[in-house]
Amino acid sequence: MSHEALHESYVVQAHNFASAGEVSASIKRLLRHIGIDFGVIRRVSIAAYEVELNLVIHSRGGRIDLEIIPPIEIGGETGWLHLTSTDVGPGIRDVDLAMQEGWSTATDDVRDLGFGAGMGLPNMRRNADSFEITSEYGVGTTIKMGFKIQ
Amino acid sequence: MPITLETLHSELNLKLLTPESDLSREVTAGYCCDLLSWALAHGGTGGVAWVTVQTHMNVVAVATLLDMACVILPDNIDPEPDALQKANDESIAIFKAEQNAYALCGQMWAMGIGQANRS
Ligand SMILES: Nc1ncnc2c1ncn2[C@@H]1O[C@H](COP(=O)(O)OP(=O)(O)OP(=O)(O)O)[C@@H](O)[C@H]1O
Ligand SMILES: [Mg+2]
Repeated sequence: MSHEALHESYVVQAHNFASAGEVSASIKRLLRHIGIDFGVIRRVSIAAYEVELNLVIHSRGGRIDLEIIPPIEIGGETGWLHLTSTDVGPGIRDVDLAMQEGWSTATDDVRDLGFGAGMGLPNMRRNADSFEITSEYGVGTTIKMGFKIQ
Repeated sequence: MPITLETLHSELNLKLLTPESDLSREVTAGYCCDLLSWALAHGGTGGVAWVTVQTHMNVVAVATLLDMACVILPDNIDPEPDALQKANDESIAIFKAEQNAYALCGQMWAMGIGQANRS
């Protein structure tokens, strides 16, 4: 199946638990609608959910960009789906530490809700075909994930 | 005979909180965990019945993302109203049970429901 190029942008508010999960649910619906492979949808949805919840819980707000680059545009057999999260702070002090399974700065309040296993970033890396995180403490965090599509 | 939500409903004596749910869905595996990201990593694929004490909207979000068969709340606890609403919207079945999580999982295992395949 070949796909059209597409670029969508979603705003994620900090600390808004009432709408937490809505962006990843919309992304999942959109990907279903355009007929992306089921296994890819699952991996993208999980990664989108984790990155969205991190924006809600840990950031001062940010956005998630979804971009589809069809194979034809890059002249190969595989296209890419890119998921990019950018936020306006506070940034991560030690990215290597944050990437470790089980490491979390979640407060007791959000831990009571079942967050804070320290599995979000590892889940993103495991589900994406490419993963890149850059963060400057005091400034913000950017996470770029790529998923191969046919 | 495949085990369906209807089978679980009657054999485990569950109370269905989402009356519109389709109980003919097959249950292929069970899972028990209260940490959401952990569930996303290990909850597995297919018609999973997920036992958790979390009662808020994000339980439904995780169950939907993984296309789970149902959520079972142990110890007679109730979901939050907006979580129930979302479960209805997303067609995720929610049950509650008198039993605790351990007993529920034990009963499901005895029925022949094994652990979920890792995704
Ligand atoms: N966008 C972000 N801005 C600031 N800090 C972040 C951001 N994303 C992650 N972090 C930091 O990295 C840590 C690890 O993130 P990760 O998603 O792996 O775990 P968690 O969110 O704490 O728990 P879980 O995702 O399992 O519920 C967080 O506790 C937080 O300190
Ligand atoms: Mg997280």
